[in-house]
Amino acid sequence: MTNSTWLVLGASSSIARAFALEAAAQGDDVLLAGRDTADLERGAADIRIRHDVQVEVIDFDAEVVDSHDAFVDAVTTRAAGFGDKPLNVFLAFGLMPDQSAIDADPDQAQRAIMATYAGAVSVLHRLAPILEARKSGHVVVLGSVAGDRGRIKNYVYGSAKAGLHAYLQGLRNRLFRSGVTVTTVKPGFIDTTMTWGMPGLFLVASPRDCARACLRYAKKGAEIRYFPSFWWVIMTIIKNIPEPIFKRLSI
Amino acid sequence: MTLTGWGRTRRAEVDACRPERGQTAIGLLKGRYDRGILAHGLGRSYGDAPLNDGGNILLTERLNRMVSFDPSDGTLVCEAGVTFDDLLTAFLPRGFLPPTSPGTAFATIGGAIANDVHGKNHDRVGSFGDHVLWLDLILPTGEMARVSPTERPELFAATIGGVGLTGVILHACFRLRRVFSGSVDVRERRMPDLDAFMASLSEARETAGYSVGWIDGMARGGDMGRGILETAETAATDAPAKPSKARAVPIDLPGFTLNPLSINLFNQAYYRRVSAEGRTRTMPIRQFLYPLDAIHHWNRIYGKRGFHQFQAVIPDAEAVAGMRKLLEAISEARAGSFLAVLKTLGGEGRGLLSFPTRGYTLALDFPRRDGVEDLMARLTAIALDHGGRIYLAKDAVLDAASFARMYPKLGDFRHVLDGIDPDRRIQSDLSRRLDIRGVSP
Ligand SMILES: Cc1cc2nc3c(=O)[nH]c(=O)nc-3n(C[C@H](O)[C@H](O)[C@H](O)COP(=O)(O)OP(=O)(O)OC[C@H]3O[C@@H](n4cnc5c(N)ncnc54)[C@H](O)[C@@H]3O)c2cc1C
Repeated sequence: MTNSTWLVLGASSSIARAFALEAAAQGDDVLLAGRDTADLERGAADIRIRHDVQVEVIDFDAEVVDSHDAFVDAVTTRAAGFGDKPLNVFLAFGLMPDQSAIDADPDQAQRAIMATYAGAVSVLHRLAPILEARKSGHVVVLGSVAGDRGRIKNYVYGSAKAGLHAYLQGLRNRLFRSGVTVTTVKPGFIDTTMTWGMPGLFLVASPRDCARACLRYAKKGAEIRYFPSFWWVIMTIIKNIPEPIFKRLSI
Repeated sequence: MTLTGWGRTRRAEVDACRPERGQTAIGLLKGRYDRGILAHGLGRSYGDAPLNDGGNILLTERLNRMVSFDPSDGTLVCEAGVTFDDLLTAFLPRGFLPPTSPGTAFATIGGAIANDVHGKNHDRVGSFGDHVLWLDLILPTGEMARVSPTERPELFAATIGGVGLTGVILHACFRLRRVFSGSVDVRERRMPDLDAFMASLSEARETAGYSVGWIDGMARGGDMGRGILETAETAATDAPAKPSKARAVPIDLPGFTLNPLSINLFNQAYYRRVSAEGRTRTMPIRQFLYPLDAIHHWNRIYGKRGFHQFQAVIPDAEAVAGMRKLLEAISEARAGSFLAVLKTLGGEGRGLLSFPTRGYTLALDFPRRDGVEDLMARLTAIALDHGGRIYLAKDAVLDAASFARMYPKLGDFRHVLDGIDPDRRIQSDLSRRLDIRGVSP
């Protein structure tokens, strides 16, 4: 099998870090993109030492869309430096402020939408022509079960993810024509810094298992997947609760 | 959350944090905690060393990045949450091994340093702490300190084997050892009784790369101390890899699963597995170093009540007499133990509370039944009578007075802690039980 290069967007998160390690373990090169470049450099050293692959760090801020043209240029240059390999994208960023924080300060809603939705669209839309031109590659994006139905607990974040899900459906439609797969992964509870210490979580999966699943889905060119897969059942039930009842619930 | 040691005899309700970055960990040590905070690796210590009931815990498992590696001499810098499993996965294919390793790969480097762990090659290479070039330590106040045999050497010596009490180890620098294959040639021989065993071990410690003895803790009378001696050397070429999948014990087994009869049968079978002439095999080094890791959660076979592990070292001069007394007390009590491990240790560790000393060490599990703690107290008294000491990584029952007699550098250790942690910001169940901090100066 020929190896490829994975661009990991939002590479400091627990799942993204696990994903980069798993991809490298299979011999793929990795471009780590995110804001905390000092942290990413440490992650890059870790991956290089463990797996002996090429890893580089690129500064990336989802909220600063002005910088995205330059960022995508940097990606093409660095990827070319790794040799002529297929380019894949793993997008793992998102911002989930507490709903109560957003209620207290509506500007936080703007930020959550920028980081979770608008920033993702901005960067993916700039990467799309490159992937089309290469006529191959996989795009894997972390959506969220929160995007399946707006809930009192985090509907701003949920609506941003819902927007992202719809965007990805269209992008999948478009890139399919060029042989590029687009996978939406909707994780349930994963054991990350985001969920650490939250009460009421059940059957929490490890970031590593989630990362492995994402790689598997990419290879298969899967369209939409829940991880762990039983979340499909839970979300089917939740999606089917009639609105007159749902509005009274606080799940 | 609830944490337990590997033996699951002690539980702790703790407020735990799990930083993923060093900077976060530093910030956390600056916090205020009523009952102290303590680093916790992967909880492979059997007793209460990694616990802090009613207090705070800093889980190090996600501080597990490798920082730099120099293939010319094997020098590695890594975060303390890196495990032996990580090291073998990353480096064995490239011809490097950790300098020494405990009997499980699921221990962290921080835990290995904090207990100054020893392996089956202790006579050859010493314990893990002997290979540490320097450490970055987050002090109890949240300040960082680089410690080594030359930089703040007392603090370095207190941290090696210091059961987490000097602060949180963030980075460790040590040298990996070059090996020319990932396999070992293992020779197994039957030892008919204790005298034969001790004599063969004393020869093996001078000649073999690795040596370890498995004793049938149920054998009595003339058979007492019989078992299998394993010696091993790095193999010239790799054993053919046979894919093996780790199995797991899914649930707690009921307490009666392990009874004197079932254990006796197992131990006999283990002994007879090796023919009277002995045998030699080449096997992957993981299989040799970590026989128990093949079954995840094997500690569940002891049921809900858990089990104790007793491990003592007795200096050479008293070893023959001491081991005989220990085994007599054990077989008399019919407490029922799987295989006991008997091996030699080559010399003192560098830490003020390091366990190793030149002598023979015996380790065995006891299902936690009524009366077992009395037996352990008798064994502890025998060890003390023969100048021995108990290993804190395994212990949940030792008393403070015996502990103080076993660890002569306790005074120096306390002195270092009084200097860096006068407010006792770091605490553990073990430190309170054994009164490690002593009265305030
Ligand atoms: C099957 C099995 C076989 C074993 N065989 C051996 C053996 O052959 N030889 C041997 O010596 N031991 C052996 N052990 C014991 C084991 O190696 C030690 O208990 C080791 O310390 C466990 O590491 P851990 O990461 O799980 O640490 P934990 O058990 O979680 O913690 C141990 C101690 O280290 C401290 N600590 C952990 N991380 C840090 C850090 N980053 N900074 C400061 N302090 C820290 C904790 O506070 C605690 O005091 C064995 C254990 C098992 C389960």
